[in-house]
Amino acid sequence: MNFDNNLPIYVQIGDYLKRQIISGKLKEGDKLPSVRDTSKELKVNPNTVQRSYQELEREKLVFTQRGMGTFVTEDKDVIKNLKKGYANEIIKNFMEDMKTLGFNSSDIIELVYEIIGEEK
Amino acid sequence: MELANNIVEINNLTKRYGNKTALNKLNLNIQNGKIIGILGPNGSGKTTLIKILAGILRQTKGEVIIDGYSPGIYTKSIVSYLPDRNFLYNWMNIQDAIDMFKDFYTDFDEGKADELLKFMKLDRDMKVDGLSKGMKEKLNLTLVLSRKARLYILDEPIAGVDPVARDQILDAIINNYEENSTMLITTHLVRDMEKMFDEVAFISEGEIILEGNADKLREEKSMQIDDLYKEIFG
Repeated sequence: MNFDNNLPIYVQIGDYLKRQIISGKLKEGDKLPSVRDTSKELKVNPNTVQRSYQELEREKLVFTQRGMGTFVTEDKDVIKNLKKGYANEIIKNFMEDMKTLGFNSSDIIELVYEIIGEEK
Repeated sequence: MELANNIVEINNLTKRYGNKTALNKLNLNIQNGKIIGILGPNGSGKTTLIKILAGILRQTKGEVIIDGYSPGIYTKSIVSYLPDRNFLYNWMNIQDAIDMFKDFYTDFDEGKADELLKFMKLDRDMKVDGLSKGMKEKLNLTLVLSRKARLYILDEPIAGVDPVARDQILDAIINNYEENSTMLITTHLVRDMEKMFDEVAFISEGEIILEGNADKLREEKSMQIDDLYKEIFG
């Protein structure tokens, strides 16, 4: 994993973990790797990893059980909302980009249909 | 910042060589349990600062307190220092180097040394003379990290080594960092090391010109520490 953007590292680690939850690599109730192991894997200061875990906990995406570790939430709605949030963000950026290029909403929908058709 | 939490306190530290000022009334506190990066170009005063902390140079003026004491016999027993050049003799093999460290430092942990030697792919019967620059650096770091010290001071641990050795060195540092010890690392290779730091301090012409939590600085300035470094010193 490259930390090559300007966001704080703890935010970038949080994003990396959220993407794993969204894609199902980390499933509901799964145990997250320990702070130590994540720190070693990503070569990041363990205090920074700890902060990412705390932020995810604050967002209710994970919970900590004393002496057991940190686990992905079992609340399906929370994960659904997370997914939706990411999807909205991606689509919003895409729409903005297309609009700067001069496409209007119906042009965009038409193009998306076309491309989906080609994929099938 | 609470006083009791600082493993290192530096007040108005000045060092002159003849009429050349290397450190100019420098102030810096280092909190216990953190990894702090001292960032600055060659000649900014990094190595002078570190040599004073390690107790091998004396300041001209000002005060340095490490765990409550001025640099001396006590602080040397709790500070593990990696100099910016190889400190082993060419006639030694790795076993001799380990024996020397065992003699010098009661906190030397041979089990840890074995682990690190294995990780670095070094054998006890290798001669220092025959080691490449990267291997010497790895051996030096192995010895320094095998001590159970309160404060590790690493002067340019990755300068001049190839990318593979560099990764191994970074791994060894992260793997061996414990929350109740503190690491002070100087570097001008900021890009490779910035994700390891809790705190960073920029040093220029013998003064700290900017310091703070690395992630906070990234947030405030909307740039990576590496870019900030280039902006300050570029």
